[in-house]
Amino acid sequence: MTTVQSNRRDFIKSSGVAAGSLLVGISLPTVSRLADAAALATPSTAVTAFVKVAADNQITLIIPKSEMGQGVFTGLAQVVADELEVDWNTLTVESAPVAEVYNAPFAPMQYTGGSSSIAGSFAAMRKAGATARLLLIQAAADTWAVPVSELHAEHGNVVHAPSGRRLPFGALAARAATLPVPKDPVLKEPSQWRYIGKPMPRVDSRLKSTGKAGFGLDVRLPNLHYAVIARAPTFGGRVASLDSSAAKAVPGVVRIKEVPSGVAVIAKNTWAAMQGRKALTVQWQDGPGTTFSSNQLAKDYAEKSKQPGVVVYTQGDPSITATGQHLEADYATPYLAHAPMEPLNCAVEFNAAGCDVYTGTQFQTGDRAAAAMVAGLSPDQVRIHTTYLGGGFGRRANPASDFVREAVAVAKDFGAPVMTVWSREDDIHGGYYRPQAHNRLTATLAADGKPLIWTHTQAVQSLTKGTALEKLSVDPKTGIERIQHEGASTVPYQIPNVQVSVHDGKAPVPVLWWRSVGHSNTAFAVESFIDECAYAAGVDSVMYRTALLAEHPRHLATLKLAADKAQWGRKLPAGRARGVAIHESFNSVVAQIAEVSLVDGKPHVHRVVAAVHCGTAVNPSLIESQIESAICFGLSAALFGEITLEQGRVQQSNFNDYSPVRITDMPTVEVHIVPSTDYPTGIGEPGTPPIAPAVANALFSLTGIRARRLPLSHTSFTPTKPA
Amino acid sequence: MRLTINGQNHNIEAPADMPLLWVLRDLVGLTGTKFGCGAALCGACTVHIDGVATRSCVLPASAVVGKNITTIEAIGGTPLGKKLQDAWVAEDVPQCGYCQSGQIMSAAALLKGTPKPSDSDIDSAMNGNICRCGTYSRIRKAIHRATEA
Repeated sequence: MTTVQSNRRDFIKSSGVAAGSLLVGISLPTVSRLADAAALATPSTAVTAFVKVAADNQITLIIPKSEMGQGVFTGLAQVVADELEVDWNTLTVESAPVAEVYNAPFAPMQYTGGSSSIAGSFAAMRKAGATARLLLIQAAADTWAVPVSELHAEHGNVVHAPSGRRLPFGALAARAATLPVPKDPVLKEPSQWRYIGKPMPRVDSRLKSTGKAGFGLDVRLPNLHYAVIARAPTFGGRVASLDSSAAKAVPGVVRIKEVPSGVAVIAKNTWAAMQGRKALTVQWQDGPGTTFSSNQLAKDYAEKSKQPGVVVYTQGDPSITATGQHLEADYATPYLAHAPMEPLNCAVEFNAAGCDVYTGTQFQTGDRAAAAMVAGLSPDQVRIHTTYLGGGFGRRANPASDFVREAVAVAKDFGAPVMTVWSREDDIHGGYYRPQAHNRLTATLAADGKPLIWTHTQAVQSLTKGTALEKLSVDPKTGIERIQHEGASTVPYQIPNVQVSVHDGKAPVPVLWWRSVGHSNTAFAVESFIDECAYAAGVDSVMYRTALLAEHPRHLATLKLAADKAQWGRKLPAGRARGVAIHESFNSVVAQIAEVSLVDGKPHVHRVVAAVHCGTAVNPSLIESQIESAICFGLSAALFGEITLEQGRVQQSNFNDYSPVRITDMPTVEVHIVPSTDYPTGIGEPGTPPIAPAVANALFSLTGIRARRLPLSHTSFTPTKPA
Repeated sequence: MRLTINGQNHNIEAPADMPLLWVLRDLVGLTGTKFGCGAALCGACTVHIDGVATRSCVLPASAVVGKNITTIEAIGGTPLGKKLQDAWVAEDVPQCGYCQSGQIMSAAALLKGTPKPSDSDIDSAMNGNICRCGTYSRIRKAIHRATEA
């Protein structure tokens, strides 16, 4: 299989609908021919269906999800190709333009996030493949005047077995395109699947191993200029005065332009723009957070969390008096930057047809609306060309569309296409962090050691207040959004009396979803605290959890698989210890058992055994790599990651002080999939939440020291008991 | 200045301090070499200068006049580079893929000097290349695979 890059305008223009092509668009719950959707797109991006069968036998699958490493081009292609009955190596995959037909089946938006791509589009994409196949079969039946029942599709051909005749799909496409669309195509039984469930190779591995994959930063347009922006050192700050004379004198600098986010230096190349920015003299008027300190916020949150916040979940009567063993603990997590390897960027070209935006985005609908607003155009005059994303992790799905809005403002009235380029320092300083949070947990244990009462009080900022998504996500009754307390209010353990409450945090720091969103905070607190309960009860960590998960068969199967594969309970060499955590997120359950030691007094994770229950495993190889990836991402945060602010200024700047896991820090990861025929569930994010508590629990087992603040580098681990 | 990139001579008009990375990407149009940090911290910009893995984001282009510059676009033209790229595909290493040009260039330099690297050889040679997607274990496997063929 090959993939086609859609980051070059000339390519997109040449990929319009070919005469005699069959295009099938699917929008659950109804199926429509492309013609219904074509009106949404302009001629240069008129391929607005999921399956295109061209007269020359070229089969193209159009994927409405952004490929940011999670393998969605491959996974969704498997799903369509299976029903379509085509050979894997004959397919081409393309990134979809922005159009309503590509909205997620369950939301009025085109976006990639929430681990929802396979989970959300599995049924729709199977139907897209099956619909195309049935149309091609019907076309063959009409051509040969034989009953449909005598025909079948295989390897990109329709075959009439009784006569031995066969025609390639391409030869049937024109006729098929004139036929009425079948309403409810019968889908294959799982036993008939050829690609679903198999570790099909990624469609983009070759491109990405040869430097040929087109990321946003690789977009090249005629007369493209490059811009960097000097932004205020505090969030919400503005230009007070500007002296750009020295910057203008830098060779290659073409224009200095004030935009709402700061001062743009537009140049002939990126380096010249960067040099020009250095030469600017800007006086800034500070934003509202000029005295803000994240350290102080941690103290304020801790103080607030001594009292319950807005109650978001209650089970039984958490106010009852009980005399059992009582536990209290406070867990703190910091702001975190996403720091995708590809710094943010966005190329914008104004032209007679409106505005073309080239970027690696996770949120096409929002970015188109924002671009249109800044450009002074209507959304249908704006085309979003989604490139490969050099990592997303949530940063490129911003309801504020910060990097797109800014790029459009820079390019507007400039007279040539401009690409904005963020430096790594711009990225680390740029906000939209995973919010800092505080969690206070209390438990009273019953005589049998199980929790009788459990309270969890959080302080954490909202992610969507003040954005277009606020109405979709904030509960009007409580004023709190689910993603603030997900993982806390959904604690799976059988506890008779539970209260979860939230203090809606306020801070002058822009925040955003970060791989696994609220779970990245809550799982650390919940899975550490349940471990503290187990220890207080004198019960083994796996056994304690097992006893409390009787009503959750998926959790039980996942925990057991991880424990069996890790040989939980088997003695480790001196100086090593294991810790366990299990967490459900995005409808998948992941259990992890981490094996740790101290190297020069610092935590080192040697091995992680992970088990995952994600329903039907569409591609076991992609699942393995996503769990590995999610563990690496979560471990980077657990060991080292934090963004801190003093005087409203971010104190980290690059990979020297915001340090991800490197190859020497990376544990051996084993991934085991719980066999299941259930509907597929999320896989991009669910591997992240359990790693921090699994490692912290292992470190407790090793040293007797309980780390309740992330990153773990804040805790001094001096062994106090033999492992 | 005159630069030899992937065996071809290029006349480049650029300030002497412009890093090779931006010469390659913005002036020559070779976008396979990536910008990740601008400070030699992440390895995404790794190229070979006379066969030695070098971070091009902090290397003034004027310093490599007269030297052989090899980028990801040409490394597949060497038997070793081809083996590595094939191994990368066979192991399905890339996720987002952004760092992989630099990873492969670092791996190619490693194998040139150490044809059968141990895990600890791999660790020392590859520790300067960050992958936010965490493809490290497949990178390790692919390097070993490339030495087996």
